[in-house]
Amino acid sequence: MSVFRKLAWVALLLVVGVSMAANWLAPAGYAKQYRTQPNAPPTRQHWLGTDEVGRDRFARLLYGTRISLLLAPAAALISTLMAALVGGLAGYLGGGWARIAMAVTDLFLSLPWLFLLITVRALMPLNVSPLASVLVTFLMLGMLGWTSAARVLCATSASLRGSGFLLQARASGIRGVRLFGVHVLPNLTPVLYAQFWISIPVFILSEANLGILGLGVAEPMPSWGSLLKELEGLVSIGEEPWKFAPLILLVLVVTSFQLVLSNREEMAA
Amino acid sequence: MIGRPRKLDVMAQIPGKMVLAATACLFVLLGTAGAQGGGELRFCLRTEPKTFDPLKVEDDAAVSIRYLTGGVLLRMNRQTQALEPELAHSWKVSKDGRQITFKLRSGLSFSDGTPFLAEDVAYTVQQLMDPALHSPTGDAFRSGPGTVATKIISSTQIAITFPTPVAGLDRLFDQVPMMSAHSPKKEMAVLGPFMVADYKPGATVLLKRNPNYWKTDAQGRKLPYLDSIRLDIQPNRDVEMLRFRRGELDLINSLDSEYFDKLASTSPQLVHDAGPSLDSEQMWFNQVSKAPIPAYKKNWFRSLGFRRAISEAINRDDLSRIVFRGHAQPAVGPISPANKFWFDSKLHAQAYSSDAALKLLQTEGFRLENGTLKDREGNPVVFSIVTNSGNKYRERMAVLIQEDLRKIGMQVNVVTLDFPSLIERIAQNFDYEAAMLGLTNVDLDPNEQMNVWLSSAENHQWNPQQKAPETAWEAEIDRLMRAQAASADAKKRKESFDTVQEIVVEQAPFIYLINKNALSAISTAVQDASPVILHPQTFWNAERLTVRAAK
Repeated sequence: MSVFRKLAWVALLLVVGVSMAANWLAPAGYAKQYRTQPNAPPTRQHWLGTDEVGRDRFARLLYGTRISLLLAPAAALISTLMAALVGGLAGYLGGGWARIAMAVTDLFLSLPWLFLLITVRALMPLNVSPLASVLVTFLMLGMLGWTSAARVLCATSASLRGSGFLLQARASGIRGVRLFGVHVLPNLTPVLYAQFWISIPVFILSEANLGILGLGVAEPMPSWGSLLKELEGLVSIGEEPWKFAPLILLVLVVTSFQLVLSNREEMAA
Repeated sequence: MIGRPRKLDVMAQIPGKMVLAATACLFVLLGTAGAQGGGELRFCLRTEPKTFDPLKVEDDAAVSIRYLTGGVLLRMNRQTQALEPELAHSWKVSKDGRQITFKLRSGLSFSDGTPFLAEDVAYTVQQLMDPALHSPTGDAFRSGPGTVATKIISSTQIAITFPTPVAGLDRLFDQVPMMSAHSPKKEMAVLGPFMVADYKPGATVLLKRNPNYWKTDAQGRKLPYLDSIRLDIQPNRDVEMLRFRRGELDLINSLDSEYFDKLASTSPQLVHDAGPSLDSEQMWFNQVSKAPIPAYKKNWFRSLGFRRAISEAINRDDLSRIVFRGHAQPAVGPISPANKFWFDSKLHAQAYSSDAALKLLQTEGFRLENGTLKDREGNPVVFSIVTNSGNKYRERMAVLIQEDLRKIGMQVNVVTLDFPSLIERIAQNFDYEAAMLGLTNVDLDPNEQMNVWLSSAENHQWNPQQKAPETAWEAEIDRLMRAQAASADAKKRKESFDTVQEIVVEQAPFIYLINKNALSAISTAVQDASPVILHPQTFWNAERLTVRAAK
């Protein structure tokens, strides 16, 4: 493992660890409004200052990081499982089934994601609590983000179909779900693993995009997307540099994921 | 003593004709500079103007161009809010409010030299009221069925008769630029201080001085002073701000509070806060009987005590101070105090008191249990406020209101939706609980708000398109609004509309939050600018502005 990968692991563990300790590091919480100090620069009380309505930016960054880092892997898990089911089975079954499954996948791939998410968000019931809105946002991301992985898995699964060990298993009388579950799926694991890791930064960035559009996690709950929205209209970098903290953290985490991922891919190969 | 003879020597060597020619040239140049030389004013339009036809104007960009190029019979002074004579030197509205007679200034001509006569006024009115044209400006004159009659009394006098009384008839002519009946240039022949000289779609509109403009200043100098106005089409406010900072623009007509403060921190001499504008921000509860929301919530929203308690529990001072950085005022009611004539001065902004709000709710049967407010049936008070995504000021106001209402045990879920989805919910399927939006008022006269206050109107947001008024107070508002619209007596109209304002504040169908201030930025190179709260805030006196050349 290279030094960079080790550093990436350390950075990821540190970020996850600190965000999990948000309750202790920022006991006042992410929603408390210090209305006498809106838009305050960093002080000893507020390490990253306060936002436009006087909420502690450091607390919001910690809680937002926790939300993004907990739920992005959850969404990645959902999408990877869906990809395994659709892509893996399509490749395994082949023929007409594969063509139908890939046609559906292509249809999903051709959909404009952002507009689809905006539409789905608009159709949702309005009266959902902020926590529910977080879960729904990431669930939507997970449900819509399986397509690319499904194509990869379909190809991998199809390449296994004619392999010797499957012929041997069939000759031994193993059929159907058992054949898929016991012999095909374990051989897809390295690809599934890689797809899972690839999806995490994608979902983090997707949520950030939705948040910038005001369509992600509901107020007062923070997420990286809603925190990044503060950078809108910033005229110069030197003006309020502390506002860049969520951006720096996002870059750090996504880069770390990529470095860790490249190692996983090598292992998978 | 040594230098002077040398100069004379040099002069003596120049032939006499050359001296004369040079002197003449200098005289001409100085003369030109004396008569004009006002420079070029540069600012941005945020959208492409959709039309140059003054009667079809709808969008802000076209309204600005119309203001700068159109000559009107009467003009409302944006500073004093009083109506002043322009192309008409006098006018008279009949007692029944159906007829207006104008006496026009004589000897005026359009920018292309076509003379301006009473038949041009008749032509403009006919065009304006032509149903086939669908003029948004003409809509304000349509008070009832029937046709409009024009009678040319002489070449400088005309009477216009409407089928039914038109409220505030004379003020409506502020928006009606006169068009030429005979000019081959049609709507491009204008009577205003400037005329469209060049238009590059997506890039610029260049206005040049109208050589036939009729006004002069106190010293007899021809107006306008400016040589030209360059309007760059620029939707991005960040770019607009950067260009202003670099000196590429001379003014920003409308700034938001965040940009205002950023600019004020470095160049306080460039920013201007003209005080509260006519624009308001408000929230309301869905009171539509067929709305797909639970019956117990409809009961809350239809309860006067509930709505008034919410109004009392919202800290408007904080909304103004935090969200708008002090560049807004707590709103009083439907009319901003900036509207000098129509504002009901008896009304005052709702004072903030969460304790009083809670007491009021208790009298309505609500009770606080472990920090959660519950109604008589034990339903926790939870509702959502929808607003449009991308409007950071509304989102911040919603977050502050969410916290204010949490203090009295209410759980508010803030939902931001893209604009089409929001409009669908609040205007079509009524699938929402509470909404927050703003109202941009461009006209001082309350007649423009008929589409909001009549219970049958589409924009009667809390319960639109009622077949018959569902409450006694809405029936009373209907009666008063119709009464003021049918009267030509300004005092009686004011009395009626004052009562409307009092009913609205009492019943709180709209919970008015704040009135934003009119903020602008003007370069120090621009002379005699005097920003006001009414559109066009910074260039309302464009004919008297000058721009000093950069050193």
